Parts: sequence; C-alpha cells; structure tokens
Amino acid sequence: MGTTPTPLRRFMDYAVLSVLASVFVLPVIYLFLGSLKPSDEILNGLSGFLPTDLSFDNYSAVLSSLNSDSTGYFWRFMGISLLLAFVVVTGGLFVNSMAAYGLSRLKWRGREAVFTLILLLMLVPFESVAVPLFYMFNDQRNTLYILALPFIANAFSVYQFHTFFRSIPPSIEEAARIDGAGPWRTFFAIIVPMSKPAFASVAILTFLIQWGSFLWPVLMVSDPSVRPLPLEMSVFQGQQPPDWGQILAFGVLLVLPVLIVFAFFQRWFVQGVASSAVKG
Amino acid sequence: MSAPAVVGLIVFVGVPFGYAVVLSFYNVRLGSPLEPSFFGLEQYRRLFTDPDLSGPFLRALLNNLTFAVFVVPVQTALALALAILLNRKLKAIGLFRSLFFMPVVFPMALVAVIWRLILARSDQGMLNSALDAVSFGNWGAFDWLGDSATAMASIVVLSIWQGVGFQMVILLAGLQQIPGELYEAAELDRASRWQQFRHVTLPGIHSTLVFVAMLTSVLSFRVFDQVYVLVRGGGLDEDATRTVMYQAVTTAFDQNNIGQASAITVVFFLIVVVLTLIQRRVVRPGNED
Repeated sequence: MGTTPTPLRRFMDYAVLSVLASVFVLPVIYLFLGSLKPSDEILNGLSGFLPTDLSFDNYSAVLSSLNSDSTGYFWRFMGISLLLAFVVVTGGLFVNSMAAYGLSRLKWRGREAVFTLILLLMLVPFESVAVPLFYMFNDQRNTLYILALPFIANAFSVYQFHTFFRSIPPSIEEAARIDGAGPWRTFFAIIVPMSKPAFASVAILTFLIQWGSFLWPVLMVSDPSVRPLPLEMSVFQGQQPPDWGQILAFGVLLVLPVLIVFAFFQRWFVQGVASSAVKG
Repeated sequence: MSAPAVVGLIVFVGVPFGYAVVLSFYNVRLGSPLEPSFFGLEQYRRLFTDPDLSGPFLRALLNNLTFAVFVVPVQTALALALAILLNRKLKAIGLFRSLFFMPVVFPMALVAVIWRLILARSDQGMLNSALDAVSFGNWGAFDWLGDSATAMASIVVLSIWQGVGFQMVILLAGLQQIPGELYEAAELDRASRWQQFRHVTLPGIHSTLVFVAMLTSVLSFRVFDQVYVLVRGGGLDEDATRTVMYQAVTTAFDQNNIGQASAITVVFFLIVVVLTLIQRRVVRPGNED
C-alpha cells in the first residue's frame, strides 16, 4: 500500500502473520515430526511436538511391511502414481495445447461449434461422469491405461492454452508462414517455445490434481498391483490398530514428490492458479 | 490438430454424461443376471419419496448444503483477510505466502489422515490435549469426528485448512491489479483504513471476489475424498457427513445399483451446472475478453 508502515505496524503485521501461519504449519510439522517418532509417542498430547527419539525406523517399517504380494509393494504404488502423473501431464500438454492452437489460430469449418462444445464440457465436473464411466469401462477395471486415459484431454487446459495463445500477436507467425512453414511446424517451432509460462502453469496444475486423484482409483482399482499411492494411503491408514508412526511416514512419502516440485516451481504454481482464475 | 483432445473429451466426458441420463431411466444393476429394464422416472421418484432411499439421499443433499453454507463464506473471508495481509511490502512476505499456500499441494487423502490425529477422540488427541491445557483440565476428551454434532464441522475445518491458500492466491492477484494511485488519492482525502477497504479495495476486487465465492461453492459441492477416507477408516460419523458424491459412489459401488447412482449423478450435475451458470452470469460483466 501507499504509505511506509511505522515500525509498530510492521511488528503487528509480522505478529498476526506468524500466528496465522502457525495454524497452517503446525499440522505439517506434526506430520514430519511424527513420522520420525515411535508410534506410541505420537498420539501423546502436546508432547507429540517434542523432537525426541527421532529415527527413520517408521520409514523402513513401511517399506518392509509393504513388500510382498499379499500387502503390495510400496515402490510399485509410487511407480504407478509417478507413471500416471507423467502420462497425464505430458499427454495432456500435447493434446490440449494442439487443440487450443487449432481453435485459436487455424481457420476451419465448425471451429466455433467445437469451441462452444469445449466450453460446455468444461461445465461437467468429473464427479458427475464417474458413475457412467465406471459402468462403461467396468471390464477394464484394474488396468493402468483406464486410470490415465480419461484425464488426458481436459477442457479446462484447452481453455487455459486458448487464452494464452490469443494474446500472441499474429504477426509473429506470419513470418514463419511466408517462409513456407505449415501449421505443425509453426506450432512446434514458434508457438511452443514462446509459451513456456502457459505450459508450465498447466503442467503443474495438472500434476497437482493428478497426484491427489482419488475418486477414480476408488472405483476402478481393487488389485494392489495397479493401486496408486493416495488410494493405498487410505487403505493403509485404515489398518487396525493404527500404527501412527508408519501411517505418518507413509504420508510424508506421499507428499514429498509434490513438495519437491512445489519448492522448485513455486512461481509457476502460484501463477498458474492466479492466471487461471483472473483471466477465466 | 484439435482432433485428439476433442475426441478424448467426447469419449470421456460427453458420452458418459449422456449415458448417465440414459442409465438413470433404467433399472441397471452390476453383476445382476437380469436384463436392465426401462424404469422411466422411477429412480428419481424413489430418490425423493421412497423412505428407505430418500432418507440417506436427502440427508446427503442437506449435508452438502450445510458444508457449502459454512465453507463458502468462511473460506472466502479468510482468504481475503490473508490476501490483504500478504499484499504489502514486508521482508519474508514470500515465505508467508508459501506457508499459507502449502496445504493446497497436500492430497486430500493425506489431509484427512493428519486431521484424524489432531481430532482424535482420546484425551491424548492434539486438539483435546491443547484444550485440556488451556482450560486447566476442565475440558475432557471429546470425539470430534465421531460425534454427529461436530463431525461436519470437523470436515469443514480441515477442508478450509487445505483449500484457503488456493483462493488466497487468486485474491492476491486481484488485489495487485488495483492501481496504487487509488490508495494514494484516498490517503490524501484522509480516508481511514476501513474507508480505504470499503471504497477502494472491495470495488477493485469485486469480480474476483464473486468469482472466488462461486468457485468455492462449486468445489464445495464436489466434496468426497476426505469424507470417504475418514468414514472408511477414521471413525467419522457417516450419517452426519455423507455427501451427494459419497452417496453416488456407495450406491454404484457397494450396492451395485448403477441406475440409482446415475440418477444421483444427474441431480448432482444439475446443481453444479446451476451454480456454474450463476457464476458465469455474475462474473462476465466487466471481465469481457
């Protein structure tokens, strides 16, 4: 804001922010600390925050308890989640950016109608098609490709790319066209390299949503050999009696990949969220 | 060039959506030897009038409404407060932004587990022992998730914790588009901070604010993951927290009743589409591109 704050105001700002931030951070600290503590010390009142007896025992216990055909393999769950995220993100970037380019820059019959269709499909939340999809592909349950395919084409991603491409001046492509480049060449050689922010934002938002994806695996997966991590997390935390140390260690392993991506690409995360909304 | 995405969207969104409507007119059961039979509007009639079915379904609708009535205003107001606090030049402001945004990257399946511990019913649960400490032992253990009076409130709290950073970032972007000169002019006119907020900030982010509120209400109708995880393994009161999506999934999946579940899906879609259309109607003016 316009004026320079007084030292007292500045102090108050920090104080209010710190109190609020602690509400957001304490559960996360509790998760990380707890994952390093013996199980019986976690559900132990406020001393759950004391950093005593720290060790990686819970992690090795998770990895060894999820290491057989009857319990499933931890690294397999992780691998499946990573593979699904990779396929959905890269496949989605290709397919949706191409679609948006075709809709924003190329002239063809029916273009307006297709764009309207995409805007309409954007209104349909995945939840409202989950049941019929589950029925349609019921004989494909427990296959990897059915876990990924429905999420590659994404109306909202098309829309985000479309908004970005329309802000690129047409004169930039004209030079390429004069040099004889076709639409594919123009797209991959000129448009894609200058649209890195859009690609990064869409990629990160897609990754975030896909990594936490839960409803579809609940419906489609019963076989542990194709189970993604969040679903296994819900199975693992339901064990009786709960072993809190191991459950929290599992939780850290589940969130670590996103936190790493978040730490490196924070700017794009935030920009992706903000631009999707303010422009939308 | 647009073909692959368009085909994908038609196969995985368009067709199943139409199929949901068709299935809702049939009596379809998964794994039943009987052929599906045409049922007309029977599934809908049952949803709203058959006591066995309409009880849980209407309860789910009511729970969704309760969730939205609390989450939408509280989360929006909190997001706005955070955005205003963060929209100033302070050292470490970037760190604070990251801290508030961090829960957004946590998968709901994990958020549910963390809060299962915080709200644990034993006197050693985090919240119970904190309350015990501040009340000098006058607060006994309370079963936050299992008690029907607080189960929904618990879901509301953990959902706001996870989601508020998302709205905050959107509002922050809106705040940063307000020209600084407006505040300088207000200052010259000796406007108080409250007056600046009322006459400069609020009008400046009006459309963003409406957008965020509507987005939150659409998202709040889609609540499913946290309820499912906690009901299945965390001692959450099922009746007090079942939502429309939870009802659709259990009907399709546990009872194999696809026709009934499709009817729930269609009702769910109609609610979401009405909310989305209101959003478009409200946000469009002044945001024309």
